[in-house]
Amino acid sequence: MNLEEYSGVWVFIEEKNGEIAPVSLELLGAGRRLADKRDCKLSGILIGNNISHHAATVFEYGADTIYVYDQPIFNDYRTESYMKALLHCCEKYKPEIILYGATSTGKDLASAVATDLPTGLTADTTELDVEEDTGLLLASRPAFGGNIMATILCKKYRPQMATVRPKVMKALPPEIGRTGTLIREQILLNESDIRTKVLEIVTDTTKKVRIDEADIIVAGGKGLGSAEGFQLVHLLAETLGGAVGASRDVVEAGWIEHHHQVGQTGVTVTPKIYFAIGVSGAIQHLVGMRNSSLIIAINKDPEAAIFEACHYGIVGDAFEIVPLLVEQFKKSMAGEEVKHGGKV
Amino acid sequence: MLHIVACIKQVPDTKIIKMNPKTNTMDRASAPAILNPYDEHAVEEAVRIRERYGGTVSVLTMGPPPAVKAIKKCIAIGADEGYMISDRKFAGADTLATSYALTKALEKISQIKPVDLVICGKMTIDGDTGQVGPGIARRLDIPPLTSVKKVEEVNKQDGYVIVHRKIEDGHEVIQSSLPCLLSVEKEINEVPYASFPNMLKATRYDPHIWSVDDLEDVDIKQLGLKGSPTIVAKVWAPPKPEGGKVLEGNPAEKVEQLISVLLERKELFEGRGRA
Amino acid sequence: MAERFDCIVVGAGPAGISCAFELAKGGASVLLLERGEYPGSKNVMGGVLYRKMMEDVIPGFYKEAPLERPIVEQRFMMMDKESAVTFGYKGMEWGQEPYNNFTVLRAKFDQWFASKAVEQGAILVNETVVTQCIVEEGRVVGVRTDRPDGDIYADVVVLADGVNSLLAKSLGFHKEYRPDEVALATMEVLKLDKKTIEERFNLEPNQGCTIELFGDATKGILGTGFLYTNKDTLSIGVGTLLSGLIKHKIKPYELLEYVKNHPMIRPYLHGSDQQEYLAHLIPEGGYKSMGRVVGNGVIVVGDAAQLVNAIHREGSNLAMTSGRIAAETILLAMEAEDFSEALLDRYRVKLMESFVGQDMKKYKDSTHHFDKFPQYFDQYIPMMNRAASQMFTVDGSSKWEKQKKIWKEVGTAREKIKIARDAYRAWRVMK
Ligand SMILES: Cc1cc2nc3c(=O)[nH]c(=O)nc-3n(C[C@H](O)[C@H](O)[C@H](O)COP(=O)(O)OP(=O)(O)OC[C@H]3O[C@@H](n4cnc5c(N)ncnc54)[C@H](O)[C@@H]3O)c2cc1C
Ligand SMILES: Cc1cc2nc3c(=O)[nH]c(=O)nc-3n(C[C@H](O)[C@H](O)[C@H](O)COP(=O)(O)OP(=O)(O)OC[C@H]3O[C@@H](n4cnc5c(N)ncnc54)[C@H](O)[C@@H]3O)c2cc1C
Ligand SMILES: Nc1ncnc2c1ncn2[C@@H]1O[C@H](COP(=O)(O)O)[C@@H](O)[C@H]1O
Repeated sequence: MNLEEYSGVWVFIEEKNGEIAPVSLELLGAGRRLADKRDCKLSGILIGNNISHHAATVFEYGADTIYVYDQPIFNDYRTESYMKALLHCCEKYKPEIILYGATSTGKDLASAVATDLPTGLTADTTELDVEEDTGLLLASRPAFGGNIMATILCKKYRPQMATVRPKVMKALPPEIGRTGTLIREQILLNESDIRTKVLEIVTDTTKKVRIDEADIIVAGGKGLGSAEGFQLVHLLAETLGGAVGASRDVVEAGWIEHHHQVGQTGVTVTPKIYFAIGVSGAIQHLVGMRNSSLIIAINKDPEAAIFEACHYGIVGDAFEIVPLLVEQFKKSMAGEEVKHGGKV
Repeated sequence: MLHIVACIKQVPDTKIIKMNPKTNTMDRASAPAILNPYDEHAVEEAVRIRERYGGTVSVLTMGPPPAVKAIKKCIAIGADEGYMISDRKFAGADTLATSYALTKALEKISQIKPVDLVICGKMTIDGDTGQVGPGIARRLDIPPLTSVKKVEEVNKQDGYVIVHRKIEDGHEVIQSSLPCLLSVEKEINEVPYASFPNMLKATRYDPHIWSVDDLEDVDIKQLGLKGSPTIVAKVWAPPKPEGGKVLEGNPAEKVEQLISVLLERKELFEGRGRA
Repeated sequence: MAERFDCIVVGAGPAGISCAFELAKGGASVLLLERGEYPGSKNVMGGVLYRKMMEDVIPGFYKEAPLERPIVEQRFMMMDKESAVTFGYKGMEWGQEPYNNFTVLRAKFDQWFASKAVEQGAILVNETVVTQCIVEEGRVVGVRTDRPDGDIYADVVVLADGVNSLLAKSLGFHKEYRPDEVALATMEVLKLDKKTIEERFNLEPNQGCTIELFGDATKGILGTGFLYTNKDTLSIGVGTLLSGLIKHKIKPYELLEYVKNHPMIRPYLHGSDQQEYLAHLIPEGGYKSMGRVVGNGVIVVGDAAQLVNAIHREGSNLAMTSGRIAAETILLAMEAEDFSEALLDRYRVKLMESFVGQDMKKYKDSTHHFDKFPQYFDQYIPMMNRAASQMFTVDGSSKWEKQKKIWKEVGTAREKIKIARDAYRAWRVMK
């Protein structure tokens, strides 16, 4: 394999329900940095049906080029069809690096593509860098349950690939009007070549607030003692208008469903305010929330690791502090309202 | 009759693993080796499918000799047969080399009894990638179905399965031809406490153990460290975040200080908190 | 459809494993049931394993068993608040084959020992809790486990489930222990590198040292402490009668913290990291609180039968010997096809004839005695320390004067008589 033949940084643009997944925009931000360092092009690769119009957004977020496979057969995401398009494009244009969001689609696709190319694939990356002169991708990720960080290299194969955790990289502010080159591609694929069919897509509407999109998250841990005790978290979340998060131990205890879990094996969140109540602050939890703008911890153990990860900490019993907080907060908000009312 | 193979791995219990604070290395000896928790669900799902449609459940692992224990655990869950490939030549494999070796083993198992369905766990807690499953599927040239949270139907006669695949905001119902490979989520089932007869069976069970030489058409260059494109270059402890401000005073005073911190961001609460 | 075995052994500690080993070796079909994830995973012991009794089961075991260090020195420390009188014995003959005893970590040792029983043909099933004995027509015929389809039948059931044997209790073999019949021991395993251990305890590689702690180690409460050297860890613990803890309103881990920070001990532990914290009961009621040990189709061995020598903190050896004797008896019973209490009672008789019974009888009053007379611990040990301090402090007064002063401090004539009486009493129970 001649490594010199490969150049350019690619980002797989994930599209769902008519929108580009936020992680793809984040990756354009990260990819831009890598491409600039390597002095090469940043490209998006977009696969789907009636999706060409997204190209504009992809340029605004930093891409120089976009490869588009816009065909009816790509209407639903299916590993086999998408993989074939990506393999086709790789073979033709030989990128040096491809980044995917570590979403169910991104991971699924990247694993399949890596096997067929074949090449190395680093999963769930949280830090990305590139060696300026060699183009070697330095992909770092938590391993062994978050106990260590490891930098993974792929020296002898190209392209180098990584899936990247959502909410870890930063998207660039969109540059309105920025454009680039759109390259339309096509492959010949018959429905009969594809062995899977999407029969139905069911959107879960019961999740009122998706915690990865919430501005305020009140998360509770095992320290709340029981499912009843955990109601305290709901109470505070309701009062503040936030979403409810939880540690894994809480989810495992069955106090709340898994999609509320924050951390390594749950969701990564970056709200404006994150409350950690009765959460010890295990590293696996921290990796999921440490980029929040304001972290407030309430724990009765002054030695708890969470105090090293928060901006403000209260050492105390949640069952005493939280009700007080709810009460005082309501009072002060009511006060605000009166004041506002007075002005008008 | 269906033949289902669950791929399983023995892993260090990363919940218990201790770090050496001086060298920043893992003290692997400190963590007991367990059956990868996600793989328990893979085996359990295989057993449930067998209970619904009849057939045989085999488990397959690549690992060092002590991994026999993980196979026994699967027998206790209800698997019928256990296969293990174990050889120094497999050591140091990344996901690409792992899927290659496992595929070779699956081809051999297929000669004994053709395989209809392969089931993997969502991911391992040490490797933590979830890449091995799709890798195997590609090599066997069967469809990979990841993030499966429900198996609705397995129809060997007409050669298809219908599963629910978890996606970020719900799930999709997918039909695939058989044979295929599923990577299953934890929520797909609950693994019950094994029965005593199964425990006894597990105790007495001796798995089939193969070395590289027992497999056919193996390209040694694709195995183990040699066959692994990825290299772990550097390992370090995750950065410790800096501590914040601990609020002092009696509970009421602490809460008061916190409220003023919150009110600095009062735009976030507009229209809230009046309930 | 349930499977049958010749014998079911409940509990894979030293007692149960020895028994299963001997039975399997003798050709019986044996099922060994353990509730822990593996044998030893839940077991606690300071860690001195006696060579002799282990060799009665597996000769030359020390050539392959995972042992920590052979003990070449045994020290005794009579502690006061800021001082200690220490004596002991160190002998190089203990540092070579066949050795005298070893420190062990049970998690490793029990696992190995059980694998030996499995090699002999015993079937070991872990992670399974026996919830009760199945009794039919006045005979124990099997056990019920906590697993689905978990009833298993056998000709004989051996209860080796350790101290506080719920199974023996449910058969009515013994009552709930009184707080003065059991000790609560807490211990920690502390990580410390090999070299440092050897320097600190004055040892060569592959040599070990034990220090038994008396007096202020337990804040004067009846009990003892210990500090043992393992390969690259130290075991430190304290055990006191439950009644003492209750009386002094002190929590066991506070006692352990206290001894760890004692000025006589702290320097040994400096720089070590806690690896494990364990707590366990030890039956110390001795001979007098032993319950029944045989019934129709059932035998009780080891801690479950209260077989512990509280004075010398021996237990594993009594456990192994009782397990071995139980196995011999069961093999006899199998030959005779008679599993009645009458036949199995040969176990009790043999046990009482062995060193186990002899030691149990010999020290039958010790715990009760010392418990009744706390002055041994809270008065005499401090007195010894004061005496030693006086004797060894060089302050210009003659040794003769010093002796006089010490004697005076010991007290009035009336007190001297009391001390003499206590000394005599102690000698009587220990002799
Ligand atoms: C591979 C792997 C992946 C993992 N993934 C995740 C993950 O995604 N997310 C995650 O969260 N964890 C994850 N974990 C688990 C993680 O290691 C911890 O076990 C978990 O986060 C601990 O949850 P906790 O803080 O709720 O409970 P605990 O650790 O039990 O902490 C409870 C805390 O509550 C405090 N407390 C008790 N009572 C009160 C009171 N009345 N008032 C105030 N405070 C009180 C205690 O002092 C304590 O600090 C993972 C582990 C592994 C090995
Ligand atoms: C702190 C401490 C220090 C000690 N130091 C020493 C020492 O230095 N030297 C020495 O010789 N002795 C020492 N002893 C005493 C010694 O540990 C015991 O006497 C010995 O372990 C007894 O062996 P056993 O097999 O009867 O019981 P155990 O070792 O207690 O084994 C009982 C086994 O039964 C299992 N079990 C219990 N209930 C059930 C059930 N219902 N179903 C299935 N399995 C069950 C348990 O998990 C356990 O594995 C010490 C004890 C303590 C607490
Ligand atoms: N060494 C192995 N032997 C057998 N199966 C494995 C092995 N490694 C991974 N797998 C399977 O692949 C899944 C994903 O593993 P990973 O890609 O390592 O996260 C696991 O849940 C297993 O089902």
